Amino acid sequence: MKNKIIELKNLTHNFGDQQVLKGINLNIYQNEFLTLLGPSGCGKTTTLRIIAGFEEPTGGEVLFNGIDVSKVPAYKREVNTVFQNYALFPFLNVHDNVAFGLKIKKVDEKFIDAKVSETLKLVGLEGFEDRDVTLLSGGQQQRVAIARALVNEPKVLLLDEPLGALDAKLRKEMQTELKKIQEEVGITFIFVTHDQEEALSMSDTVVVMNEGVIQQIGTPEDIYNEPENRFVAGFIGASNIIGDAIMREDCLVSFDGQDFECVDKGFKENEPVEVVIRPEDIELVKPKQGLIWGVVKSVVFKGVHYELVVETEYRDYLVQTTRQFETEDKVGLTFEPEGIHVMYPM
Amino acid sequence: MKYYIKMVRPYMVWSVLMIVIPMLLIAAYSVTTGGNTLVNIQFTLENFAKFAEPIYVQVFAKSLRIGLITVGICLVLGYTLAYNICRFEERIQSSLILLVTIPMWINTLLRTYAWISILSDNGIINTFLQALGLEPVTMMYTNFAVIIGMVSDFLPFMVIPIHTSLSKIDKSLIEAAQDLGATPFQTFTKVIFKLSIPGVLNGVIVTFLLSISTFVIPKLLGGGQYTLIGNLIENQFISVGNWNFGSALSLILTAVILVAITLMRRLDQEDKEEEL
Repeated sequence: MKNKIIELKNLTHNFGDQQVLKGINLNIYQNEFLTLLGPSGCGKTTTLRIIAGFEEPTGGEVLFNGIDVSKVPAYKREVNTVFQNYALFPFLNVHDNVAFGLKIKKVDEKFIDAKVSETLKLVGLEGFEDRDVTLLSGGQQQRVAIARALVNEPKVLLLDEPLGALDAKLRKEMQTELKKIQEEVGITFIFVTHDQEEALSMSDTVVVMNEGVIQQIGTPEDIYNEPENRFVAGFIGASNIIGDAIMREDCLVSFDGQDFECVDKGFKENEPVEVVIRPEDIELVKPKQGLIWGVVKSVVFKGVHYELVVETEYRDYLVQTTRQFETEDKVGLTFEPEGIHVMYPM
Repeated sequence: MKYYIKMVRPYMVWSVLMIVIPMLLIAAYSVTTGGNTLVNIQFTLENFAKFAEPIYVQVFAKSLRIGLITVGICLVLGYTLAYNICRFEERIQSSLILLVTIPMWINTLLRTYAWISILSDNGIINTFLQALGLEPVTMMYTNFAVIIGMVSDFLPFMVIPIHTSLSKIDKSLIEAAQDLGATPFQTFTKVIFKLSIPGVLNGVIVTFLLSISTFVIPKLLGGGQYTLIGNLIENQFISVGNWNFGSALSLILTAVILVAITLMRRLDQEDKEEEL
């Protein structure tokens, strides 16, 4: 994780008069599983395409090992891409699809065959060499696409929402598999997705983007537990966001007409802030024991837990609990100082 | 559904009247003697035997040769044109394709006459050459004139199917090739061309069919003595009056075209099977 392999410096990009990237600065390290996460249209795919060389950035630099490559065409770059729709060549079988890059490099035939078999084994498609790619299932095509990219031993593998077209179960399997493959080959993966769960479960580093701007860079735990702003908090999981809180002093925040103990420091006195409380961090107790009290407005069974909306004097709170409640039950809400996350307003 | 099936009926009557019956008549003419007199019709294979005479075989060979040259030139020009049209954005592409098809709205005869005024001894090109003090060149009534006429007439039939094939290519396949290290030239030969083969085959079949059976263009640009298989058939019906031999020639031409198309289709299929 020490060696910087790719560096994006103040990257901007326009489509017509629409600016889709507004100054992206990002360091990507060796052997890192980095995820670009954001809603559609946030610029994550454009960032990936600029790294791959399919788009030339309007402004800024793309450094590979310290050298600016923003004008180098895609075919000269040491990265390979797994495309969203796999983009397998329909007129070639599995072997020839995977061998495409090596054949271009005019590598020895025997080496190609051995390397292709080895890579197919890595992605769990041993013995699939002679199959027609158009007759494979989505998951298998996905694996061929990964093998086709990995066989060239790129320093960086780019993955553009590769799991989007798979069903939920297969997607889970592929998430684990991808992480395993990345650890096995030991190269940098840059993964683009809009699925926060996917991002959190696979990545070393998550980059949350919105409207062409990076919102937060951090480990999955950082992103989840310490969102830097309302956007990140709202995008990563369901949240209670309190927009009208005031920071009284270090470790004391005021909202809903009360002062609460918290763990955040470094804000100015009486600075307006926003507060996030995760639904699973709120505990339901008897009305009088709670910090706040309210009435259960709705109950939805989610399998492992129930999801409740509790109406209080100032706002509705989303709460997750494993215990059963009825609507109209009077409850108290309580949370630990660690459960309160204070952020700067956007 | 049943209601709509009934609507096909007038068309079926029409096709039987205008296509099936004439075809059967041609077949009947080709294996009989006696022309249009119904009294002394006799079965014979002489009409087909007559084709084996060297003079007819030569005409046939020449037609094939001129046809193949035309197809070849159309392929090179048409592919280049279609490929370059595809590089524009979609809105401009449709206007460019419209431009390619506009000549087809004008009668072939008219367009061929236009070539006469361009190519003839005192036509536009030669006037221009003389103005520059150069020797005039005889272009009319040569293979060159016939081929140029055919190419200009049939080019749209090559451009359109190739353009359709090219524009349907998934852009991410081209990016995938580049991503895997293919230079723009390799991307073309290894991916783009392969994906455009169906369009190429369609274009080749149609232009070949048109150029081997045309008779207007060789007649006008090749002169009275210039005979391709199309002219031969026309002469049998119009000037010689030997409908029986004309019919036999038509059937032979049809057979040759059918064989050629089948061969080309098989070529395409083998291509696909190899990949399985």
